[in-house]
Amino acid sequence: MSKKKMYPYIPNSEPVVQEEMLKFIGVDSIEELIADIPEEMRMKHAMELPAPFCDEAGLVRHVNSILNKNNTADELVCFLGAGCYNRYVPALVDEVINRSEFLTAYAGEPYEDHGRFHAMFEYQSMMAELLDMDVCNVPNYDGSQAVGTALRMATRITRRGEVLVPRNLNPDMLKAVQTYLQPDVKITYVDYNEKTGRICLDSLTEKLTENAAAVLIMNPNFFGVIEDKAQKIADMAHAKGALMIACVEPSTLGVLTPPSHYGADIACGEIQALGLHMNFGGGVAGFIATHDDPKFVDEYPSRLFGIAPTDNKEWGFGDVLWERTSFANRDSAKEFVGTHSALWGIAAGVYLASMGPQGMKELGEAVVQRQVCLKKNLAGVKGLCLDKFSGTPFQEIVVDFSASGKSVEEINKKLLEKGILGGYDLEKAFPELKGCALLAVTEKTSADDIKTLAAALGEILA
Amino acid sequence: MNNLERMKKFHQAKWNEPVIYEMSEPGERAVLVPGPCCDCVSTDDALATLPKEMLREGVANLPEVAQLQLVRHYNHLSQENIGVDGNIDIGQGTCTMKYNPKVNDRLAGQPKVTEMHPLQPAETAQGILEIFHRTGELFKEISGLDVFSMQPGGGSHGVLALASIVRAYWRDKGEEEKRDEIITTLFSHPADCAVPIVKGYKVVIIQPDADGYPDIEAFKAAISDRTAAIFFTNPEDTGIFNVRIKEFTRLAHEKNILCCYDQANANGLLGITRTAEANFDMSFFNLHKTFGAPHGCGGPATGMVAAKKELRPYLPMPLVEYAPEKGYYLDFDLPKSCGKIKSFWGVAPVVVKAYSWIMALGADGLREVSRVAILNNNYCMKKILEIKGASISFPNHPSRIEQARYSWQKMKEDTGFGTADVQRCIADFGTHYWSSHEPWVIPEPFTIEPSESYSKQDIDDYVAVLAEIARMCYEEPEAVKAAPVNSTVSHTDHDYFDDAAKYAITWRAYNKKYDGYFEPKKK
Repeated sequence: MSKKKMYPYIPNSEPVVQEEMLKFIGVDSIEELIADIPEEMRMKHAMELPAPFCDEAGLVRHVNSILNKNNTADELVCFLGAGCYNRYVPALVDEVINRSEFLTAYAGEPYEDHGRFHAMFEYQSMMAELLDMDVCNVPNYDGSQAVGTALRMATRITRRGEVLVPRNLNPDMLKAVQTYLQPDVKITYVDYNEKTGRICLDSLTEKLTENAAAVLIMNPNFFGVIEDKAQKIADMAHAKGALMIACVEPSTLGVLTPPSHYGADIACGEIQALGLHMNFGGGVAGFIATHDDPKFVDEYPSRLFGIAPTDNKEWGFGDVLWERTSFANRDSAKEFVGTHSALWGIAAGVYLASMGPQGMKELGEAVVQRQVCLKKNLAGVKGLCLDKFSGTPFQEIVVDFSASGKSVEEINKKLLEKGILGGYDLEKAFPELKGCALLAVTEKTSADDIKTLAAALGEILA
Repeated sequence: MNNLERMKKFHQAKWNEPVIYEMSEPGERAVLVPGPCCDCVSTDDALATLPKEMLREGVANLPEVAQLQLVRHYNHLSQENIGVDGNIDIGQGTCTMKYNPKVNDRLAGQPKVTEMHPLQPAETAQGILEIFHRTGELFKEISGLDVFSMQPGGGSHGVLALASIVRAYWRDKGEEEKRDEIITTLFSHPADCAVPIVKGYKVVIIQPDADGYPDIEAFKAAISDRTAAIFFTNPEDTGIFNVRIKEFTRLAHEKNILCCYDQANANGLLGITRTAEANFDMSFFNLHKTFGAPHGCGGPATGMVAAKKELRPYLPMPLVEYAPEKGYYLDFDLPKSCGKIKSFWGVAPVVVKAYSWIMALGADGLREVSRVAILNNNYCMKKILEIKGASISFPNHPSRIEQARYSWQKMKEDTGFGTADVQRCIADFGTHYWSSHEPWVIPEPFTIEPSESYSKQDIDDYVAVLAEIARMCYEEPEAVKAAPVNSTVSHTDHDYFDDAAKYAITWRAYNKKYDGYFEPKKK
């Protein structure tokens, strides 16, 4: 008889141990334990899967042989943004979230997973300071869900069924929001001003009625442009009894005004830029923040960790308003909660604590300086126009190549031949912006990167 | 020293760690940020381009901490957290806590995954797209289904994807208005109930019959031309395999109802029976549970959706496909799609980990996972039922699949101590225990899932702890009342979490509500 194969991840695959356990149970085989499963439901053949890589070395060689086909954003020169940013992740962020006590934990209780509750409370607290709000949730799936839930919260708070969404919202985000709001929340779209790239106030005036639960803005918007009339928009929303919701990029808030200062009732968005690797779009997590008002707090579907005293004068932590959640209330819950993106919240917390107030300010300054530098370097390139929108950009700019007669796709292909990841092709989601691309910088973008891009575009467009 | 004595000596790290704001020293920094990229534009000139009314006044009130002090703080917090790697984590039934091989974390944590931008041209992302595609191919055999989406970010998100597909399907068939109900069961995951409501459905809940199966007569009465879909978990949270599951799908299909399988509890079924054998049209699988990716304190995760090929048009877009002439690519050409479920394409590192896990085990290994999970569960069950005060739901079932739901009702009647007391006490033994999903139809419930990762000794040790706590409940009530005493913190006053006047969800909210250590602000 050949020796039974051993599995390093399955200690009780050892036959002697199995025999002993079966004897204790009082059966002769594992098969007896699943005798309930009807024969007609059994698989009639062994699963046909590829031969496994039983040794770890072989597995690593195999998986790496596939992954090595990738060219990373760091191996190339990256100007892609559009909702995911090639930011620098400090080493200590990875160090903390790869500690197995955090990485392998799940739903532990306050007494034995105290550290997780504590770390998440700190994340909530730092996000709240950045946003100048008093409440922030444990991260949900991504910025899209944060926007979708913020809009649904507004419909419950105002008891109205329509939301106003700007056309200059991130289109990838918009698609997920549309799915999330179907079928009962009506979306009315507000145009953007084709000259400024900002929300068109005339369109908003026309669309905004007393049916609106909320007016959403994205700031900076998808074109990278700052919505500097945000206070006006908030005033308009409030005048009609609607809430103002701002989807903001938190990494900009060291320099830009927090949304609560211009009247946002709910702030929401994506934390990828706060110390999360891009992970091919998998390093995303959403936040929602509000004032400390029960009317709002009651409507969160996600977990909220609060601080409380213990019998011994220590900091204790636990779930606030557990009865809101679907864990407690199934069919009468506020939306639903499940496994979301908690670890990314710890990462963002470490990041914010690493940067501190000055770091976040300097980060914003570094980004805006590179953006202006990029514009300056591209200004001399013939065949491109930087004046598509007159609104002020922060970290991304719209570049119009239409005068060159070349498509963005064509230009990007040539840039890639030179090792450059060009901008996001805006025509895909905005047909009226044919020939336009969105170029992003981060604090990782160097002067050489910018010069390389300008020189490459100079050659391609010549 | 026996293992129970060893575990009694446990003492969790207890640092009395401050909230990070209490550590703040003005001027300290853990990380410095790059300055200007060149001197062609000064920072001041760049800032001057921004609208004045949109410039932040002052700075955000973030803590100021140097790097060592920050690392130490978070290391202390991690030490005050146990996780799978630190304990016998079988007390979190329904969640399939298991060992997450370290090699998978290494593979997924390398720049070839982490530094990939989601919008890179497909030709520069062939490796990661191939992993997505290969994982889908593996699941064809694991589930018996045909098409896949890796987009959902967790199990509940997988349920959202299923509900969205159901709606897109009926919209396409012109019956969206008519088909306005979804049927689920009482012992399914809360998300199976809560998510369809978000998607605008009325939810009908089938109660269990005397044997613990969903009541088939109630089901027959519930299904109608209004039913859009059924959402069934199998095995349910009781660990009982629904032997009539195929009868449910047959009855549903007779009325053209879509059948959605929640396979969050699939860990005991690999290679034994599948979604296809139960004749479901689609299902989701938790890659972070059964397929060996770590749970990350509650995500990031993946609730991969699998479906029959007829349902491909309705899946979330894009799908990852392969064509010889262009390699691996994202297919957005799905005009009938339910839309997008998540930003970008899914949680790539989790997919890499699940792929690596499956490829390390192969078909025989996956079957061994389930065989051992079943063996461990039934061994554990027999041992637990020897404990005074413990009983099991629906005791007429002599065996269970991968988990079982038990009750301390007898102990509660005898001693006054129930499941919440066991939960408090167990932290003193270096391990974890959860009660069960609500509602507590089984009184004083607890659900134990000893997946394949735990050894016989682990199970013996864990059950010995449960037995010791039960003994304490009967013999040492004062010790039970005092617990936890060896854990990070002592008893926390949960009254602070349900009262708007008292809860503080952030440090600033705490400071606004209280003068000091929970002394209320004087008005």
